[in-house]
Amino acid sequence: MAIWLTKDSKVIVQGMTGSEGSKHTRRMLAAGTNVVGGVNPRKAGQSVVFDGTELPVFASVADAMKETGADVTVIFVPPQFTKGAVVEAIDAGIDLAVVITEGVPVHDTAAFWAYNVSKGERTRIIGPNCPGIASPGASNAGIIPADITGTGRIGLVSKSGTLTYQMMYELRDIGFSTCVGIGGDPIIGTTHIDALAAFEADPETDAIVMIGEIGGDAEERAAEFIKANVTKPVVGYIAGFTAPPGKTMGHAGAIISGSAGTAEAKQAALEAVGVKVGKTPTETARLMREIMSAG
Amino acid sequence: MDLYEYQGRDLFERHGLPVLAGGVATTPQEARAIAERLGGRVVVKAQVKVGGRGKAGGVKLAEGAEETVARATDILGMDIKGHTVHKVMITVTADVAEEYYFSYLLDRANRTFLCIASVAGGMDIEQVAAETPEKVVKAPIDAVTGVDEAKAREIVTAANFPAEVADQVVEVAVGLWKAFVAEDATLVEVNPLAKTGDGKLLLLDAKITLDENAAFRHPDHEALVDQSAVDPLEQAAKEKDLNYVKLDGEVGIIGNGAGLVMSTLDVVAYAGERHGNVKPANFLDIGGGASAAVMANGLEIVLSDPSVRSVFVNVFGGITACDEVANGIVQALALLEQRGEKVTKPLVVRLDGNNAEAGRAILDGANNPLVQRVDTMDGAAERAAELAAAGV
Repeated sequence: MAIWLTKDSKVIVQGMTGSEGSKHTRRMLAAGTNVVGGVNPRKAGQSVVFDGTELPVFASVADAMKETGADVTVIFVPPQFTKGAVVEAIDAGIDLAVVITEGVPVHDTAAFWAYNVSKGERTRIIGPNCPGIASPGASNAGIIPADITGTGRIGLVSKSGTLTYQMMYELRDIGFSTCVGIGGDPIIGTTHIDALAAFEADPETDAIVMIGEIGGDAEERAAEFIKANVTKPVVGYIAGFTAPPGKTMGHAGAIISGSAGTAEAKQAALEAVGVKVGKTPTETARLMREIMSAG
Repeated sequence: MDLYEYQGRDLFERHGLPVLAGGVATTPQEARAIAERLGGRVVVKAQVKVGGRGKAGGVKLAEGAEETVARATDILGMDIKGHTVHKVMITVTADVAEEYYFSYLLDRANRTFLCIASVAGGMDIEQVAAETPEKVVKAPIDAVTGVDEAKAREIVTAANFPAEVADQVVEVAVGLWKAFVAEDATLVEVNPLAKTGDGKLLLLDAKITLDENAAFRHPDHEALVDQSAVDPLEQAAKEKDLNYVKLDGEVGIIGNGAGLVMSTLDVVAYAGERHGNVKPANFLDIGGGASAAVMANGLEIVLSDPSVRSVFVNVFGGITACDEVANGIVQALALLEQRGEKVTKPLVVRLDGNNAEAGRAILDGANNPLVQRVDTMDGAAERAAELAAAGV
């Protein structure tokens, strides 16, 4: 049944009529995702045809949910409108909001997260600045390519998009239950810990790959969580061992400040709780392969 | 983006916070003009983004314009821990009776903001926090409700600020929060927040970091970038919307996606341990869905770095199509050739994912002796390191 996104998920797209939104709506449909509509107040009542599938455009997330029963929204709106789009999704009470948009000011993310908390965290938010979530063979919400791998029993959680794809490719013969790209921003809606907890509870996941990178202490906190709560085998990979302090490595959150956020500290924390950490993505995949073949 | 102290002082002043009168000078003549305007005794401070400038002789008192010129002449051009001093800030002096600490910053773990306040300021706050944690208050701030007068008073009470300055600290706390939000800062740190002999509060130092993602609503922030400190290659890359960071090694790196590129740096550094200790020369992320033109721009930047001896192009095509990347490589090499720039540095290319077969075919068809295809990331890193070491 995978985590958070299944074949029964009904997906809408905020920003479906924009260039990124329409490109990826087409890809999501091609991947078999049950996309049921889009949101754009200026084009409400119109419809858009994607390779033979006609999708209605609604004025708001609430309207779209009422008309279609949607429970997932994928957000492609530009950074200056992202906070408003997420707040709208929270107000509508949708189950899952996947925020793909890159370059969202951290004050905006902090604000929509605080708003979500004030509403009791009714909505799970993934992202921003993430590739989304894919349950291979079932549904795909975001921009993760659907043809890399098929269904299997590994769960994957990663801060990085392309490293997610690389790992899916390395282990494509085994396959994945769900792959979650949580994003590389300093504040994100879904953390490694959230995904680890969900994979631990998912009967269709046997083992977990966790990909982290420099900056912050999310991996260290994930290690503590694994020690106390995760019984399934976990394999880890950390990017950024050779990144110099003080230089932001592409992701807004990937920066070593002072002694905090180094790859060494993260590796040590994970290994201390029994997580095997690979030196390269390929070696990490090999460690997972050993676990799956032994299991 | 981290600001210089003088930029922080200016920013505080614009937001109506109490700071010392002053100005910034790049020459002794400019320093003279500021000293004459301020009158009397001044302090001349080197503007560098590194701590310990006082011990290095980068902070001096001066009496009157002549002395100010002399001190500015001493400090301008000075080297402080590898940072050359290009600017000095000149302010009037303050009669400091007590030094406090106050900051707002991003709290990643709790997905919100944090206020840190202490009456034991002026020295290393981390040491104070480690040795006497009871003297440091850490208060989470709700990003929606922020810091109003009541919240500020809560912090001031918790941190035990003396009664005679409490109202002023509340005012500063609220004003500083407004500035923090209005400027999209991720850090504003005031150390010391000083009480003067006559009981007035002053923000005597400023450490500010601004969120570059918020640049679209702050056109004025562009002017705060210190062009003299920007690496010319980084500048050229920025003009082409490429995410490039200059590093110290010999293997040029181009990839798609921040995580994969960071990982590529690591894999190349490990391979370098077996090949003359060569290291990555740069971080360059061409991003998702890059076109041939973007790839060509990236390659041009990396090849123009004189320390680069080999280049590793590592692409996993998700949205990015590998045939576009291959076309970009072929086009860039042809373009450089046309310009009469002889490319002699070998390229190792690894393409996987979206349209990888087509991309590999394009490279094979171009049959450029400088371009080598290797099918795995680890194998390609090994080859690129080996070539860089051989090119010494």
